[in-house]
Amino acid sequence: MNYNNEHFEPVITPNVTVPGCETLAFYLEKENGYKALEKALKMKPAEVVEEVKKSNLRGRGGAGFPTGMKWSFMPSNPVDANGNPKPKYLVCNADEGEPGTFKDRLIFTKTPHRMIEGMIIGGHAIGSNKGFVYIRGEWHKEIRLMQKALDDAYAKGFLGKNIFGSGFDFDLVIYKGAGAYICGEETALLNSLEGKRGEPRLKPPFPAQVGAYGMPSCVNNVETFAAVPYIIDKGWERYAKMGPERSGGTRLICVSGHVHKPGVYELPMNLTINEIIEIAGGTKGGRLKAVIPGGASAPMLRADECDVKTDYDSLMKAGTMAGSGGLIVMNDTVNIVEATYTLLKFYEHESCGQCSQCREGSHWLARMFKRILDGGGTHDDLDYISKICANMAGQTICAFADAVTGPALSSVRKFRGEFEELVTRGGLKGIGRHESVSHKLAGAHV
Amino acid sequence: MLSETIKSTINGIRHQFPTEQALLLPLLHEIQNVRGWISPEDMKDAGEFLNLPVSKVREVASFYTMYYLKPAGKVDVQVCTNISCWLNGADKVLACAERKLGIHAGETTKDGRFTLTQVECLAACGTAPAIQINQDYYEEVDERGMEQLLDQASRDLDAGKTVGKSTQKDGVWP
Repeated sequence: MNYNNEHFEPVITPNVTVPGCETLAFYLEKENGYKALEKALKMKPAEVVEEVKKSNLRGRGGAGFPTGMKWSFMPSNPVDANGNPKPKYLVCNADEGEPGTFKDRLIFTKTPHRMIEGMIIGGHAIGSNKGFVYIRGEWHKEIRLMQKALDDAYAKGFLGKNIFGSGFDFDLVIYKGAGAYICGEETALLNSLEGKRGEPRLKPPFPAQVGAYGMPSCVNNVETFAAVPYIIDKGWERYAKMGPERSGGTRLICVSGHVHKPGVYELPMNLTINEIIEIAGGTKGGRLKAVIPGGASAPMLRADECDVKTDYDSLMKAGTMAGSGGLIVMNDTVNIVEATYTLLKFYEHESCGQCSQCREGSHWLARMFKRILDGGGTHDDLDYISKICANMAGQTICAFADAVTGPALSSVRKFRGEFEELVTRGGLKGIGRHESVSHKLAGAHV
Repeated sequence: MLSETIKSTINGIRHQFPTEQALLLPLLHEIQNVRGWISPEDMKDAGEFLNLPVSKVREVASFYTMYYLKPAGKVDVQVCTNISCWLNGADKVLACAERKLGIHAGETTKDGRFTLTQVECLAACGTAPAIQINQDYYEEVDERGMEQLLDQASRDLDAGKTVGKSTQKDGVWP
């Protein structure tokens, strides 16, 4: 397909539709597997970090922080109070759970070695000999596949002692989560990895100083690691060229909701949302009404705002964010208040409860949306929603509270008419719609 | 008492982690895997085994949604109703399961065979609606599919087979 970008080529998914693509044999024979690792081990760690810095690779988990810079924050020779050297840990965040995002699962099932190779290179770059792959606990099959991939890599000597005769040792261990969205936040993940409640930590100290088990640690997303072998193999320039300024490479865009061909698409960032919807087969079941461009936490866009490019900076200028690449498409049969309530119910359930602004705020927002849907809303409610959001965003330990305000505020701002209609006409019943079954069960969890 | 199998599984991974407490999540998973849920007694045993106060065990066990702190049915039918699944009719799929099982989400059938749970995003939004039966994912599930899956699970239970223990083939990808 011609994406109108001469530099574009798939970095992560060139062969994911080929049967057997997940095996080590395929990765070695067809995809030049572990050659980048061999090359990286001949480079100095600082050179690897520099290469990744210049490639403009930005974190693919949601925040979009430059990966090379994150790696460069790691202390080179940390010692404890007695002068003994401290271990450093590299952690892969595979706690994929941002609604609308399902790319990490594709990497795990179709090209796991790309991520493993990226992690070993990362370990060399930051001077770590031990990595953890934190995987969400629901992924029984994916955990099994990843364990198989790790075993295969150990058997070939890509993991373990003295890799490629370089003297560099690296071990990788899987850690299974137990069902908590918040563990995708890196410091919550670190607490969970320590066998504790997945509650985010105050920063500073940052993970590069005090991370997993009190040691300097670096946490990156699955897709971020999976891009590293390409950068080392083909060079930073080629990777950087594919993207706009300050943001290299491709993105895995997860298209879901009302499209004919939902799925994960590896795309250049110079495409607009409208173009991506076309690639995914176009809107189904009605006309395009709204799009959430970067996972549930990204503020939504109206159909007339979707002519925007999908790189980090363009989306930020449009008042939303590239986030985790989860593009959720809604057609005009959707009631936006109801759709937003679906998300708020999720946030209410997943707030870890440490900060009162977030715990109470997400609860009250869900309640208020429910009241409006049930016909008990007032016009003052709309301003009150904004007030609650103002008391949440930026007021808490982590960015969860900000994430809640993304859908809540943008829905009120951009679809105020729908809220007002529900208020004046007595809720969903008043406009002749039946309430979803799933909504009646708010908070009904074992 | 924790069984020797559980203890030896955990002892086998002990060297991989710098602290005892890091073994708590794996231990709780293992207990649930063997017993089906985590009882107050299990929490006490887990604490003794890892030298942790039982309060620490309880605060962790109660934080995560995957741990059952009361007995669950032999088959836990977990239906995602988050945005992408909801846009594709997950509430109809959930309603279908409620009708067929005669319980609401969050409840277990009287015979202890089925639990119905409404869960949050399973990261299978491209193949929505997604459900999970015990450990196995099923994607692009409609009402008819839900009925068939429940019938199959019921037959498997009658035949004494284990249900949904991660045996399925790869998911559907475009």
